[in-house]
Amino acid sequence: MSIIKLLLKSPKFLIGFGLFVFLLLTAFIYPAVSTKDPLDMVGFMYEPPSSTFLLGTDNFGRDVFVELIHGMKSSIIIGLFSGLIATAIGITIGLFAGYKGGMVDNILNSITNIFLVIPPFVILILITVSIESRSLLTMGLVLGITSWPWTARAVRAQSLSLRNREHVDIARLNGASTFEIIVKEIMPYILSYIFMAFIIQVASAILSEAGISMLGLGPSNIVSLGTMLSWALLFGAVRSGAWWAFIPPTLVIALITFSLYIMNTGMDEVFNPQLRS
Amino acid sequence: MAQNTEEIIRVENLTKVFGSGKKAVKAVNKINFSIKRGEIVSLVGQSGSGKTTVTRLILRLLKETEGKIIFEGKDVTNIKSEEKKEYWKKVQAIFQDPYASFNIFSPVKKVLLDTFKLFNSSYSKKEKEKLICETLESVNLRPEEVVDKYPFELSGGQRQRIMIARAHLIRPQLLLADEPTSMIDANLRSGILELLLSLRDTDGCTIMFVTHDLGLAYYVSDRIFIMHEGEIVEEGSANKIITAPEHPYTKQLIKDVPKLSEEWLTS
Ligand SMILES: Nc1ncnc2c1ncn2[C@@H]1O[C@H](COP(=O)(O)OP(=O)(O)OP(=O)(O)O)[C@@H](O)[C@H]1O
Ligand SMILES: [Mg+2]
Repeated sequence: MSIIKLLLKSPKFLIGFGLFVFLLLTAFIYPAVSTKDPLDMVGFMYEPPSSTFLLGTDNFGRDVFVELIHGMKSSIIIGLFSGLIATAIGITIGLFAGYKGGMVDNILNSITNIFLVIPPFVILILITVSIESRSLLTMGLVLGITSWPWTARAVRAQSLSLRNREHVDIARLNGASTFEIIVKEIMPYILSYIFMAFIIQVASAILSEAGISMLGLGPSNIVSLGTMLSWALLFGAVRSGAWWAFIPPTLVIALITFSLYIMNTGMDEVFNPQLRS
Repeated sequence: MAQNTEEIIRVENLTKVFGSGKKAVKAVNKINFSIKRGEIVSLVGQSGSGKTTVTRLILRLLKETEGKIIFEGKDVTNIKSEEKKEYWKKVQAIFQDPYASFNIFSPVKKVLLDTFKLFNSSYSKKEKEKLICETLESVNLRPEEVVDKYPFELSGGQRQRIMIARAHLIRPQLLLADEPTSMIDANLRSGILELLLSLRDTDGCTIMFVTHDLGLAYYVSDRIFIMHEGEIVEEGSANKIITAPEHPYTKQLIKDVPKLSEEWLTS
């Protein structure tokens, strides 16, 4: 389709997409081919980078490079899973509220607003402390169910502006059900928005995971970029000058979110050309 | 002009207010009118006068703020989903924008096939396609040239013909045509118009024609309703409206159609 051709001409989209795919492949292929366990204590505390330990060791004497790649994988899984959940809830609520209007909209809008005004970190911390063992998927789930309101809002606005379109009226006059109309007449028109919202949700989930894990509320017994930072913080990596324990995970978080944001900007320029000055 | 005196639809005190408080817009304000079976009437008014809102209210695509709609003697103001389907077998529409009337993601035959949903019909796929082809031929389109195309591959005129075919497939009692030619190239308008008006003869359909063009309304209709700022300020036979307008707004409209005022006011 011509949209895809246009996207492939956007340097921002290409850079973001290329970078993300590269990170994704690294995160998933390396752990599949290397048998190294990121939790193995293979050296002493804070050994600087060397030919044996590319990025040195952390406070437990674990290989930072191995941890980094596994952490990247965990963070991406949490991000994608949370993004999927947030997007699924957000579009369902947003599409319904916008298309139905009236009471349905008022109720759904109130729910959305309640979720919007409660600081997500508060909910996150409450939920996380009440779950004993936190797997990657529970983390993703928790982040997903606290971050959908943003998508719901954006989708609601779009759906509201589409509901009085003539093709929607024609579909109604053909006797189509509400569900059919939402899925066939409204959703395809906002697919690009949905995809863009998904990308932003993934990026913000990765950032939130890092934040929460730094507070020590991250996934249990699993390395993520956030837990690496948490350990570095807890065991005085900064004070000891062990930059290799905290700079690499910070950089990787920045790289992943940068790749997603720039992909989003590229898509935005392609889908909303009027915004380009 | 074949028509009898049986009333097909009547609206009473129909009112629609959008929004509330300071931002409230009274799009339609206590209008009353009645249309007889077999008539062609025009609803004439400038942009923003509330014509489309009236159309959508009659179609029950929009909830009224106040008032009643009586169709074939039955109050249809509060009909619900299944009754609406019954209603839409009898009351249909063609809209102004032949581009926006199509879902850009579906091939053209989809919008025609979907009309069968109204009928819980036992037609086989083959029979449906045959009916669609015949109907497309009746609006002077070659079925094989359009059915599998996507809307963006067709011209505005072709699209509007497909919308007429859609109405023809449903064979409604009442067809609301909301500015069906205003976005069509001028040289194609009369063709589309003729096709539309022919539905009265082929399907026995009553037509409410919505337009901002008084000249066009005079040309196509038996009676004209003049709408201004949400109200119907004058109604009468097409001749009476043009030759003996009473309301100042109608007089103003006639002045704005130079040819009409020359041809009809002087004769
Ligand atoms: N869904 C809506 N929500 C809010 N206001 C609306 C809505 N639809 C119409 N209006 C307002 O109602 C008034 C009448 O609009 P309407 O579309 O019925 O006019 P119209 O006579 O069909 O105009 P046009 O010739 O431009 O199609 C306008 O002021 C319009 O802004
Ligand atoms: Mg209109």
